Amino acid sequence: MVNNLLLQAPIKLSTMSWFSRFLTSSIGQKLVMSLTGLFLILFLIVHLAGNLQLLYQDGGAAFNLYARFMTTNPLIKTTSYLLYFFILLHTWQGLLLWRMNRSARGRQDYAVKRTKAVGTSAVLSTRMGWLGIVIFVFLVIHLYQFWLQMKLGVLPQVDVPGSDEPVDDLYTAVYNVYKNPAFVLFYVMAMVVVGLHLWHGFASAFQTLGLNHRKYTPAIRFVGRAYAILVPLLFAIIPIYFYFFL
Amino acid sequence: MKLTLKIWRQKSPADKGGFQTYQVEANEHMSFLEMLDVLNEELVRRKEEPVAFEHDCREGICGTCSMVIDGQPHGPQAATTACQLHMRHYREGETIVIEPFRARAFPVIKDLVVDRSAFDRIIQAGGYISVNTGQAPDGNSLPVEKDKASLAFEAAACIGCGACVAACPNASAMLFVSAKVSHLGLLPQGEVEADARALQMVRQMDAEGFGRCSNVTACEAECPKQISVENIARLNRAYYRAAIQSDKVV
Repeated sequence: MVNNLLLQAPIKLSTMSWFSRFLTSSIGQKLVMSLTGLFLILFLIVHLAGNLQLLYQDGGAAFNLYARFMTTNPLIKTTSYLLYFFILLHTWQGLLLWRMNRSARGRQDYAVKRTKAVGTSAVLSTRMGWLGIVIFVFLVIHLYQFWLQMKLGVLPQVDVPGSDEPVDDLYTAVYNVYKNPAFVLFYVMAMVVVGLHLWHGFASAFQTLGLNHRKYTPAIRFVGRAYAILVPLLFAIIPIYFYFFL
Repeated sequence: MKLTLKIWRQKSPADKGGFQTYQVEANEHMSFLEMLDVLNEELVRRKEEPVAFEHDCREGICGTCSMVIDGQPHGPQAATTACQLHMRHYREGETIVIEPFRARAFPVIKDLVVDRSAFDRIIQAGGYISVNTGQAPDGNSLPVEKDKASLAFEAAACIGCGACVAACPNASAMLFVSAKVSHLGLLPQGEVEADARALQMVRQMDAEGFGRCSNVTACEAECPKQISVENIARLNRAYYRAAIQSDKVV
């Protein structure tokens, strides 16, 4: 083992194209995490803008119209397939990296573990895998509760002003779920986990892109933390509001 | 001062290894390695196998000492190598746990000594500048902007000790590789081969079995030379640029 000091470790170049090799390199894999993560971050804003219409005092008319728009507009539909793909890619790549990184420590771990970090805490950044798994489980339940019901067309229909034909009543489905204290708690807890995931993920995505500079990194950090608090908070306010005030 | 040491003992790479407890009588003026020397002299006197640990310059510039002290590479003192850590930072009766660097790419050879030749192979892959050395060039014949020279110098402070790998929860070598890519690539002499360097060093790093960077920044926190993770962002940029614009094999 000591004697191979001057021997180059043999590297077998795979027969993949340069682009595949780039994306499967250590930095390429992180780039995939970064870009898909940033896409999901953008998606959260769109999702939130839609959800906030639940707070209109109009019996759900605006929200139901919005829900129909989101499921029928061809551009949105195309983007939604990208979204599903990116969620799965982010999850799959994340799991691969997680497994790879756990094995990189070797067969023996430290007896005393003390992971420090600069300007932040390592508590979240070293637990992105666990946080991600919780978010994925939440997503499955969340999609089953609303998205699938909408897709299957099993929701009752209602007439709303502004539409000639009746639309699926997603509002009532949401209302029923948000009147269940167990689901309210579940949704609020899930938003806490999303916030924790974003707390590290937002700024980390920019670092992976190579965007780290004394000029703008403080701004990225600030926006990232504000985002990680505000967006999940606004999401969480909706079920709380439904449960206590409607 | 009397100290209790829990030290990882491992006869060979194949040996399972385990902790052994020792008592040592040190004084506050000793460096951490001198304290281990005292222990080893005592072990030799008792005809026991001394604790194997690596050291060379003992003045914090060679990057040879490599041990994890109470969960921190090079110990609790920031910006300090183990050899420059002094016993005055410890109190009478303390227990200190000493382990080797842990990484699949840094297999233990014996006790606290690990094989860091993976770093040498990464350097061989691209951590150099292919110019003939001749006579010293005239001063200022190659203008270098001061800010860039400073950045290159800060990156060049990396002593290649591997503490970044030891500290990283993923055992990633990104801080080391990024320091080398930055220190050479920021200067005009090294700029010429920047693309090939980034591609080749990253490829070798991946082949050695280091983990993937997840921006924890434990590396910077534990680096005895305080190399910044800004270098990792610079390496990412250099790698993307090289992958896209260079004719070299990714």
